[in-house]
This record gives sequence, structure tokens and C-alpha cells, in this order.
Amino acid sequence: MCLGIPGEVVEIMTDRPDLAQVDVSGVRRAINIGLFEPGEITEGDWVLIHVGFALSKIDEAEATAAMDFLKSLGDAYADELTALRSSTID
Amino acid sequence: MRFVDEFRDAEQARALAARIAARCEPGRTYKFMEVCGGHTHTIYQHGLEDYLPEQVELVHGPGCPVCVIPMGRVDDAIAIAKRPEVILTSFGDMMRVPGGDGSFLDAKAAGADIRMVYSPLDALKIARQHPDRQVVFMAIGFETTAPSTAVTVLRAKAEGLANFSVFCNHVTILPAIKAILDSPDQRLDGFLGPGHVSTVIGCEPYRFIAEQYAKPLVVAGFEPLDILHSIDMLLAQLADGRCEIENQYSRVVPWDGNPTALKVLGDVLELRPFFEWRGLGFISHSALRLSEAYADFDAERRFDVPGVRVADPQSCQCGEVLKGVLKPWECKVFGTACTPETPIGTCMVSPEGACAAYYNFGRFRRQRLLQVTPR
Ligand code: SF4
Repeated sequence: MCLGIPGEVVEIMTDRPDLAQVDVSGVRRAINIGLFEPGEITEGDWVLIHVGFALSKIDEAEATAAMDFLKSLGDAYADELTALRSSTID
Repeated sequence: MRFVDEFRDAEQARALAARIAARCEPGRTYKFMEVCGGHTHTIYQHGLEDYLPEQVELVHGPGCPVCVIPMGRVDDAIAIAKRPEVILTSFGDMMRVPGGDGSFLDAKAAGADIRMVYSPLDALKIARQHPDRQVVFMAIGFETTAPSTAVTVLRAKAEGLANFSVFCNHVTILPAIKAILDSPDQRLDGFLGPGHVSTVIGCEPYRFIAEQYAKPLVVAGFEPLDILHSIDMLLAQLADGRCEIENQYSRVVPWDGNPTALKVLGDVLELRPFFEWRGLGFISHSALRLSEAYADFDAERRFDVPGVRVADPQSCQCGEVLKGVLKPWECKVFGTACTPETPIGTCMVSPEGACAAYYNFGRFRRQRLLQVTPR
């Protein structure tokens, strides 16, 4: 549960500015961006996602490196990704 | 260097290993604690101990939130879950954690409605979908996770969701580090600071470790090279006679943490006077509960919980493992009575637990090592 998964912010939801659509390895999911001030996270940003929340802003190079590392973890990463995919927060 | 498994950056790792070896003073030993379970996982998975000279020993710390939940809290959660109106929601990692009378999985098999969620917001959604039921979220985690629980409670309040509450088991990392520094049976030379906790709290709060205990701490990332690099930074400090808080993981961790997350956390949660940690006993001001303004969402106030303290099984040595006094394989039941399938202690449950990490990766390495190392 302590893994952080990188995702790219593709859309800030206009009707719900505390939510954003992110792309995580080709899968789109809604996450909560309420741990940042309004406007701090914008489309095209990369974030580290933890339990459905953007926890930290990162750059694209870090996102790629973090993703490679997570893949090397095997099961732990697969489980986290499955859990993220099953999540439908709103 | 003995037996090395290859990984992507093995070349760079070797270069760092050589630098680490060169920094070690002859005849001196170094003992560093990696506070975070994520680090423990990387260390075993990538066999990083094989890159280190014999003089450098890594000991595993208390930074796995699943591992530190005492049996009594699991029992309390199960007591809540057994009420017919309740749906208990929990991260998957909690499902196998043994309480005094079985785990969440056992309680579920016996008929309790316990569901796995990825996010506290998934629990909130279940509450919306089941207005006739009471939905309780079993909140665990350090400062990394606590702000997410806080935001979820804010939303529940904004939506007026009367059937949602939180069974709060959030813990804070600094008192645990302090307890270990104060413990007489542990002599440490420095710390690898937790990466994700620090994205929230920042680096400044660790200052007392350098100033009052004269130990260096380097906030470390989770990749193999991050950990080796951080060990190198600790050794450089010791060689220079410095004792500072440094941030190796600045590409993710801002020095001042996340002020918005800290504010939400402070608004919704407050420190408990004391809290029991598995194996470490009661530590004052080491855990969080819902503050007075959000007491309506506190499952401990909404439901009666037994609140009894349950002693760990006699065979269990998780406390020593969590303090870094014992290595996982030194526990008497490791790999025999206690395995990830049938855990006796918590450190065997979460993949971030030292025993599980060692069971899954280190054990084979050790066997191979014994085979390939000439006597
Ligand atoms: S082997 Fe099991 S009982 Fe022993 S310390 Fe590890 S988790 Fe605890």
C-alpha cells in the first residue's frame, strides 16, 4: 500500500476541481488532487499517486524511472495496479 | 562483493559500492537503519546487502504501517465488522493481519461484511451506495496516508454522509524513531529517512535526530541506486564528522513537504495522548485520531469497541524485528510456523514487512550464497 504510482494528469474535471483524470500505463482513472491548492496541478503534470490521491508532483523523467522500478517489483506493483484499476472514486 | 543479482543499473551500483567501501574506515563498523518498509523491500529484492562491505550493516525499522498495528486494534475492528449493519472497508494489506482471534479474512469467512478498497474514497462511495448500512474505513498508515483520510472525512462532512466513519489507526513516524533512539539495545550510526512520508512532512522535522542524538539522516528514494547513494551520503557525513539531515530524494520530496496536506491533516486529525505499537509498546503522542470537530465520523465513538490489549503470541519476535534488534531469520518461527500464508506476526503479512520481504527474496539469496561461497 505504500507504493506511489506515477501518472500523467490528462484532465482537471471542471465540475469537480478536486478531481483529475490521470493516465497510468495507458489506463485512465480519476484521482483526487485535494492535497494541492487549486491550480497547483494542471494538465500535463506528472504526479505520484498514493491511495487515490496525488501525493507529490514529479517530472517526466522521474515518472519514467519510477515506473521502470515499479515494474521490477513484480507482484507488489501488479497488485497495486490492479487495486488502482478497481478503484472508481468520484 | 559476494554474489550479485543483476539489475538495470548494476554497473552504476558497482561504482557506488566501490565508493562506499573506500569511505569505510578500517576496523570500524557502521549500522544504518532504513526506517521505511519500502526500502526494506528494495534491499532484499535487489540483494543490496551483497553490494555493501561487511562493515556496513543495514537494520530494518518500524516504517511498515501494517506491521505496527497491535493485535487488540485488529480485534476491535473485527468487533465493529461483526455488527450486522456494518460494512468494514480496508486496504488489502490488512486482510491477513492476525488479531487475537483471527484476521479480517477469517472474520469475512465467518460472515462479517469486510471489503477491500484501494482508496478511502472508495469506502466513501460504498457509503453513498448503501445508505441503510454503516460503512467504516479502517485507516492505517503514516503521514503519507493520513492526509488522504482527512480529505475523505472532509468530503463525508460536506456531503452530510451520516453512515460513514473512520476507525483511525494512523501513526506518526517521529515518535517511533525517537523510541528506537532511546532504546538501550540499539546502537545506530545513522538513518535512511522514509521517502514518501517526507513528501508530506518534509525534512525539517528530522532535525532533532541530528541535533539531540547526533545521528545523520538522509531521506532516501526507493530505487536500488537511491539506497546505495544514500548510504554513501551517510558515510561521507560520518567521515567528515558532520551530522546533518540531507535529502537524496529531492526529485520527489520538497524540503518543506506538502503544506496543503499538512494543513488538512492538522484540521481533521489530532494527536492521541498515546498509542500501542506492535512490539514497541505504548508510545506517547505517536498516533492520530479524529479531532473534536469531526468526532461524528469517529468509529471509536460511534461503536463500542472492546479496546482490550492483546499480548503478542509468545513465539512472535516482531518487536525485536521492528526495532532492528533481530534479523527476520533469527526469529524462532521464521519460515516454519510463520510464513506469508500463515503469518503469526505482522512483519510477515505486508510485502513491506521485513519478514515477508526476506521470506520472498532474501532467503533464496542466502541459500545460494551458502552454496556458492567457498568455505
Ligand atoms: S517470523 Fe513471524 S513472528 Fe517472527 S518476527 Fe517475523 S513476522 Fe514476527
